[in-house]
Amino acid sequence: MSNHHHKETFITKYIFSQDHKMISKQYLVTGVFMGIIGVFMSILFRLQIAWPDHSFSIIEAFLGRHQDGGVMTPDMYLALVTIHGTIMVFFVLTAGLSGTFSNLLIPLQIGARDMASGFLNMISYWLFFISSIVMLISLFVEAGPASAGWTIYPPLSALPQAMPGSGLGMTLWLVSMAIFVASSLLGSLNYIVTVLNLRTVGMKMTRLPLTIWAFFITAIIGVVSFPVLLSAALLLIFDRSFGTSFYLSDIFIQGEVLHYQGGSPVLFEHLFWFLGHPEVYIVLLPALGITSEIISTNSRKPIFGYRAMIGSIIAIAFLSTIVWGHHMFVSGMNPFLGSVFTFTTLLIAIPSAVKSFNYLTTLWKGNLQMNPAMLFSIGLVSTFISGGLTGLVLGDSALDINVHDTYFVVAHFHLVMGVSAIYGMFAGVYHWFPKLYGRMMNKTLGYWHFWITAVAAYGVFFPMHFVGLAGLPRRYYANTAFPIFDDVADVNIVITMFAILGGAAQIIFLSNFFISIYKGKKATQNPWKSNTLEWTTPVEHIHGNWPGEIPQVHRWAYDYSKPGHKEDFVSQLTPLMDGEEES
Amino acid sequence: MTAILYVLLAIVVAICVWQVASILNLKSAIATEKDNNTQGILFAVFGIFFYALMIFSFVKYSVILLPESASVEGENYDLLYLITMVLILFVQTVTQFLLFYFSFKYRGIKGRKALFYADSHKLEMIWTVIPAITLAGLVLFGLYVWNDVMDASDAENPLIVEVYAKQFNWEARYAGDDNELGFANVRNIKGINTMGVDLSDKNALDDVPVRELHLPKGRKVIFKFRSQDVMHSAYMPHFRAQMNCVPGMVTQFAFTPKYTTEEMRANSATIEKVAGINKIRAEKGEDPYEFDYLLLCNKICGASHYNMQMKIIVEEEADFNAWIKSQKTIAQVLQ
Repeated sequence: MSNHHHKETFITKYIFSQDHKMISKQYLVTGVFMGIIGVFMSILFRLQIAWPDHSFSIIEAFLGRHQDGGVMTPDMYLALVTIHGTIMVFFVLTAGLSGTFSNLLIPLQIGARDMASGFLNMISYWLFFISSIVMLISLFVEAGPASAGWTIYPPLSALPQAMPGSGLGMTLWLVSMAIFVASSLLGSLNYIVTVLNLRTVGMKMTRLPLTIWAFFITAIIGVVSFPVLLSAALLLIFDRSFGTSFYLSDIFIQGEVLHYQGGSPVLFEHLFWFLGHPEVYIVLLPALGITSEIISTNSRKPIFGYRAMIGSIIAIAFLSTIVWGHHMFVSGMNPFLGSVFTFTTLLIAIPSAVKSFNYLTTLWKGNLQMNPAMLFSIGLVSTFISGGLTGLVLGDSALDINVHDTYFVVAHFHLVMGVSAIYGMFAGVYHWFPKLYGRMMNKTLGYWHFWITAVAAYGVFFPMHFVGLAGLPRRYYANTAFPIFDDVADVNIVITMFAILGGAAQIIFLSNFFISIYKGKKATQNPWKSNTLEWTTPVEHIHGNWPGEIPQVHRWAYDYSKPGHKEDFVSQLTPLMDGEEES
Repeated sequence: MTAILYVLLAIVVAICVWQVASILNLKSAIATEKDNNTQGILFAVFGIFFYALMIFSFVKYSVILLPESASVEGENYDLLYLITMVLILFVQTVTQFLLFYFSFKYRGIKGRKALFYADSHKLEMIWTVIPAITLAGLVLFGLYVWNDVMDASDAENPLIVEVYAKQFNWEARYAGDDNELGFANVRNIKGINTMGVDLSDKNALDDVPVRELHLPKGRKVIFKFRSQDVMHSAYMPHFRAQMNCVPGMVTQFAFTPKYTTEEMRANSATIEKVAGINKIRAEKGEDPYEFDYLLLCNKICGASHYNMQMKIIVEEEADFNAWIKSQKTIAQVLQ
């Protein structure tokens, strides 16, 4: 297959490529671009929350008809938080994270020429691209983009008369997400089939790097749960456009009774969260897999508890499908369900704890190489623990009563998703940049990027827990309507200032990323002295990855500092020595 | 447009960043022993920063937190919360310390070989079983509290009141002398009958519609929630109470108020919090604030989601009875 003499044009190489390495870069760049927009939106709405009556020229410049004298309208505030959440969860942390690294690493780390279907892979990227375009177009419609929160509960999201963003903006959101789901499913199918069928000789499942396990299990969760989001969206489209009553019943709005009878918004919540909860693990597991890889390589030590790590990934994946009701403790559903979901949710803490302890033990007595990727991976362990622990408060139905939909929740999910998963993505970019672009990123900029981001991230989200415990609800345009929240204003200002610092720090990353593509130091074949197969391919990309035959694998991926070997790493390709035991 | 200028500014900053780095850039893009040392030390410093931030936050921001529970059922909430927080703060302190300490202690030195330690069934057992047992304890107590809070079936002589949510305010309706709420549906909304009460239902006519919620101390109150249009949520944080208001459904939450508004105003935590608030208000030239219980909308419901107001007053049962007697029933309102 590597002897193919097919003519490559600019279009087939850079635009409609079927090569997984090019597709992974397409996902990455699109994800980064959407991330810039998502972060920018967060700065805008944080300005509003911290200084509610203040006029800002940047708001005036960017928000057009949705601001008045530099102060954004309440509807626009809700639109910004909605689109921010949607973009970050789906476009950056699902497509941008899984799409990039599953595509890049699955064929390379398992020893395959490419994905099982390069054609479907190409389609999956272009559907993602179109979905992104539709979502961005929705920002410019006259009544504004979707604004009912990224969770888009009906009736608010079903009725344009309830809020303007629930008109055309919401329709475009649904179209965009339907296309996104299609993209995600095609990608996931490819990943599953490739991992199962295209591993090279000797690459048993128990020799796979943890990145592959993570991407593989994540893809399975995806195919199980994304179709349910699609069905939730379809029923919503029916209620919005064809007069059905799946979610709607007994509504009086704008002076008239609507015709809907018999539907329930709680049905939407069930369907939405049936995806919504696994979705956050779809976001997190790849980051955890990447962390295992990077911590191990940079500690020059095997990942501690490889089998337990696999077991934990599988346990988390399974449990993630039976905990969705913890988003619905106060939804009005039967309280018995609350008991069930509390039980399953607190169970999920166990494999998460196991993973955290295994990361710590991997660092213990290692010889830590402090590359930027390692810094972000260590950072991830910190924020994963911080964010995960508050999950014990939220997952306990009785305790959730007073913190549901407050800033306590916002702090929790940002620490585990908005910080931990993003750290995983950054770590992956720094670590695999040589594989993606044949060059190295600037490490000094990497250090500055990490430390400013790390300080800013905790500066934003740690105080935010207190804001939530004080009783401040989410998605409030301003806190000035209730004097009891006057003392929260100072905290909000501190949070916003750290948010601006954190947002600005990303310029360091973007600068480093884009310019290193062209001007970075040229990479060697295996700069991090890693064991895995991706570092055995040439630095310059070729179709089919290996010139000549695909090499065979003789050991697992984590023989770092193994006694009896001269080097502190042993490639998976190295046969076992006489008398050597496989780990 | 000004927007383009902002974008160009960001790009210029990015280019400057790169140029500065290029000047400072040394040949290697891979961490050297010196880098390992610097970064390892920075992790230790960051660990200290992190602990300092946590301690600072607790010290500085505890004053904004809610006072003790204003409901009887909420006492168990506060206990469960305290236990959970002690537990997670303990785990947080230990694990974060280990993380930052290891990152410092094992920062890479040339020539040192790491320990090849790949597995330990014993350790895995320990940190699977201990979390499992701890969580089992939390779950058991949590489920006890949950059932205690959510099950109001054994209440003696509860007060039944409907809280009605709509874009963008609240109304309420007491069940009246028969302690039964009359049927209601949005299809009955007409004129003064803003909550859509079914006037043909004999239970409805003695219901008492109000725009201000009074609750009797020491008597269990069962709230029935309805919504007129979109989802709202009745959040009464002082009582550790929250329940979504769902159009098409009646949802329920119950609690027993423990402190009158006057008593809560005299609570030391409340006094401290109010003092802080009034200091801020005085600086801005605003009138001082006096504590009142809160009813907030806590489910995104549209533009004025942040401003749905209804006053809650808790008073002695005798005062409450006097007050409700002085309110008009639906029958009287309609005359």
